[in-house]
Amino acid sequence: MPVTDLSDGTRIWQRRSQREALTHWAIWLVGVAIFVWCWNWISDQTTWPFVWDAPRIAGDILTRATPPRWSYMEQLWWPIWDTINIATLGTLIALVMAVPVAFMAARNTTPSALFVRPIALLIIVSTRSINSLIWALLLIAIIGPGVFAGIIAIAIRSIGFCAKLLYEAIEEIDRTQVEAITATGASRWQVMAYGIVPQILPAFAGISVFRWDINIRESTVLGLVGAGGIGLQLSGSLNTLAWPQVSLILLVILVAVVISEWVSAKVRGAII
Amino acid sequence: MLRLEKLTKTYKTGDQALKAVDLDVPKGQVLALIGPSGAGKSTLIRCINRLVEPTSGKVWLGETELTGLGSGALRRERRRMGMIFQEYALVERLTVMENVLSGRLGYVGFWRSLARRFPQSDVDEAFRLLDRVGLLQMADKRADELSGGQRQRVGICRALIQNPALLLVDEPTASLDPKTSRQIMRLICELCAERDLAAIINIHDVALAQMFVQRVIGLRFGAVEFDGPPEALTPDVLTTIYGEEDWHATIKKDDEAVA
Repeated sequence: MPVTDLSDGTRIWQRRSQREALTHWAIWLVGVAIFVWCWNWISDQTTWPFVWDAPRIAGDILTRATPPRWSYMEQLWWPIWDTINIATLGTLIALVMAVPVAFMAARNTTPSALFVRPIALLIIVSTRSINSLIWALLLIAIIGPGVFAGIIAIAIRSIGFCAKLLYEAIEEIDRTQVEAITATGASRWQVMAYGIVPQILPAFAGISVFRWDINIRESTVLGLVGAGGIGLQLSGSLNTLAWPQVSLILLVILVAVVISEWVSAKVRGAII
Repeated sequence: MLRLEKLTKTYKTGDQALKAVDLDVPKGQVLALIGPSGAGKSTLIRCINRLVEPTSGKVWLGETELTGLGSGALRRERRRMGMIFQEYALVERLTVMENVLSGRLGYVGFWRSLARRFPQSDVDEAFRLLDRVGLLQMADKRADELSGGQRQRVGICRALIQNPALLLVDEPTASLDPKTSRQIMRLICELCAERDLAAIINIHDVALAQMFVQRVIGLRFGAVEFDGPPEALTPDVLTTIYGEEDWHATIKKDDEAVA
């Protein structure tokens, strides 16, 4: 009981009763004990000499990696162009497929809440739950290595993301605007074009550039498994311990990501 | 012109919003629908153009019975019923002109409407209407840039460009200040007189209704409690519609307006 009446009539208020305080303390005790035990276990599993060595090794790699091999750049233009294309085309294909899925998944626009909506939600969940690197591995097995596999991997991975955010935007629209267009005698498709689309257009544009921005980053690693782009050069350079090339590639990726973030921030700012 | 026969609406929750309402509105008559919140005013006008599906009963618009129509025929009949909303219900991100022209959607095919290629006669009519309500210079503004009164005028244009036989008006003044409210009510009633339009106006402001309309219907718990001219609204009548309250202030305000 947080409130206790004393015999002289004053009422004492405490945050917790004695029993609650005790339980609280016991939970903390157990928590700290588990933490200490885990720490100890991780420490036992670690080969500490390697860790003590880490700063020296890291320093060593850094000195080997600097300066970057600038002349390697001429071999990187093409792969980085591929990477940007994979991201852009993948995002476009994903958007084309995500729009109908989103309309089927949104409660207020789905043709059938009983049959179509669960299928749309399944598409969203299944495409979202698998990483694009894994999609790329699967697709390389199916359609062979190369840029095309990368594009499709990025596209499939992005459908769920775009469709989910878009269907949430569709569900949040102002219903009276739709009602007003319906009342004019407009057809189902006209209601969509005049009552719904204008309301979700800002969300759609925002989602597109956001996903494109993410896809630039994701497509830089696709080459690691052979799905085209700059990742192929990265994995090659890593395998041959060509550290000056690795550092140059990382620098190029950094610049590409910074530029894509700048572009998407500009676009979003222009829409909202 | 419009005839309701035993129009009934029971919501899924079991609430009976309308209890066998009978109503006959002749051509050109402007009618105010008053009653407390939840009396079924909004449901009544939405049952007429079937934004809400009535449970039973019949709605006759001229010679056509509306409750039994399929979706295509219903859309054609909806073109004859213009609707004006409480919160204007303009598509906020479209321009004033696009909002007005959206009243023609029932007459224009999908692809033409998507490309915004409306017939020149529709565009002419849109400009004429905007000029009539004093918003000609606003045609290119986006709807969300306008004030409340201006938006409601655009809403009126959108309803009128349908070339309707009937206006369904849902609380047109509830979001507006007193002066703008009067202007909007006056505008609606003038336009109805110009075009010989019938109108059903849901309204909370009894005094405002008395000022402008020819006939008042009082709705309580989904049933018609009063049907008569605005002068017949006595404190006793208002008590049967709304419940016990001192109604003299409301009525007196009207006496002054009439005098």
